[in-house]
Amino acid sequence: MSKVNLYKFSAPATFYGLAGQMIPGFAILSAILFAAGLYISFFVAPTDAQQGEAYRIIFIHVPAAWMSMFIYVVMAVYSGIGLAFNTRLSAMMAQALAPTGALFCFIALFTGSFWGKPMWGAWWVWDARLTSQLILFFLYIGFISLQAAIEDPKRADRAGALIALVGVINVPIIYFSVKWWNTLHQGASISFSKAPTMAHTMLAGMLVMAVACWTYTIAIALYRVRLIILERERHTTWASEILGGAK
Amino acid sequence: MKILAWVVKRDLLLAMRRKSDVLTTLFFFVIMASLFPLGVGPEPQLLKQMGPGVVWVAALLASMLSLGRLFSADYADGTLEQMLLCPESLALIVLAKAAVHWITAELPLVAFAPLLGLQFGLSEQALWVLIASLLIGTPVLSLVGSIGASLTLGLRGGGVLVSLLVLPLYIPTLIFGAGAVDASTSGLGAQGHLSILGALLVLSLLATPKAAAAALRISLE
Amino acid sequence: MNWGSFSAFIHMGGYAFYVWSSFGVSFALLGMEIWLLSKRRRTLLKRLGQIQRLNASKGSR
Repeated sequence: MSKVNLYKFSAPATFYGLAGQMIPGFAILSAILFAAGLYISFFVAPTDAQQGEAYRIIFIHVPAAWMSMFIYVVMAVYSGIGLAFNTRLSAMMAQALAPTGALFCFIALFTGSFWGKPMWGAWWVWDARLTSQLILFFLYIGFISLQAAIEDPKRADRAGALIALVGVINVPIIYFSVKWWNTLHQGASISFSKAPTMAHTMLAGMLVMAVACWTYTIAIALYRVRLIILERERHTTWASEILGGAK
Repeated sequence: MKILAWVVKRDLLLAMRRKSDVLTTLFFFVIMASLFPLGVGPEPQLLKQMGPGVVWVAALLASMLSLGRLFSADYADGTLEQMLLCPESLALIVLAKAAVHWITAELPLVAFAPLLGLQFGLSEQALWVLIASLLIGTPVLSLVGSIGASLTLGLRGGGVLVSLLVLPLYIPTLIFGAGAVDASTSGLGAQGHLSILGALLVLSLLATPKAAAAALRISLE
Repeated sequence: MNWGSFSAFIHMGGYAFYVWSSFGVSFALLGMEIWLLSKRRRTLLKRLGQIQRLNASKGSR
């Protein structure tokens, strides 16, 4: 792709149309993959010898946890691009991704708790991974509330971008310190990392579900970014043309 | 470098004129830590175990509550915008302001921390480690906090917002700060924890003034 | 095939509550996100449409 083209697509007006064309594809793909992933999770993957049927929760838990971390990194990349090249669209993409990332983070916490209860007998343990996931959730909340509190869109974009970058630099430090804290205080009690030897079908199921979440995220973020673009650009001529056509 | 000393001197002078601010933060710290025994009961063994963590959390909250003062006065009277225009590096000015915040809001806490430690029945050795960990760790709080303070400058509800932004970033400092005291009382030695706190301090000294300066430009543009 | 009967599938080896709440709540949340977004789009289009019509009628006068 030539440079000119890239600039053309990074203009919100062009991207609005492009995103609109891409959404149905990703949405359909995501629905198919979710169906396949659920089929593998419940009908193909065998019962686990140690954990019985309760282990099937990992088919939603692990992909959600992966997605929540991955989305934060993507957000930070968009934020970095936005700050460096002053492109409005990348800030809008970061803003469009944040709620979905927070949602996946919440799902990972929720399902982790529902997995922990039958396995460990407690709804919540201060396991290193669960704790880091909780802190990641706090980072998402901080990003979203900072953007929501600033009325001037330009300042909101840039302030959000900065806090996302600060957050992404801190995530490894936080993870490391929580892990250190956990080994010191809890000793060798319980951990997610001692997963039972994973059968190929189980891994396949998790990967299919992860790709399904991935395509879902793309579709929903594109949908949300279109709304953000429309809200911001409603005074421009191209936006009023679209609105005229939508009626 | 001259600007650094100048801003520190000026801000310290201004802070001396408002001594009540310093005292408020200090008393918040003391009251906050004294509430815990009332909440969990006077069991000495339990208090001894909780002590370092409680003192550290109280220091965290006290430091966070006083973050609003970091830039707000200069923002209100327009000095801050002058500083943006000044040819010296904005990062140095931010560094100076964080230093003043540390001196006025956190150094008094460090001085009072042994008293609270005694309330929780910490041993003499643990008290020394507590002081050392606070001395190394609290500058990190001021530095990291300066990013949050500059991002929320002039926003309504900025005080609560800054806690959402800053508290998750304080977690590593809390873990290694309180952990240092725990490690020394359990006989592991606090050196490892204190070195990591030192590393966090160096890292934040290098990185946060630039980030906070960028945040100030974003907020004031 | 893992399950002898439909009721065994629902029973989930005794973990029905945990497994079905995990999957149920997760997909309910994703569904809610889609629903909330489509609602946001409808209200936005309606509001912007109104503003535009208002402007158009002002312009023609």
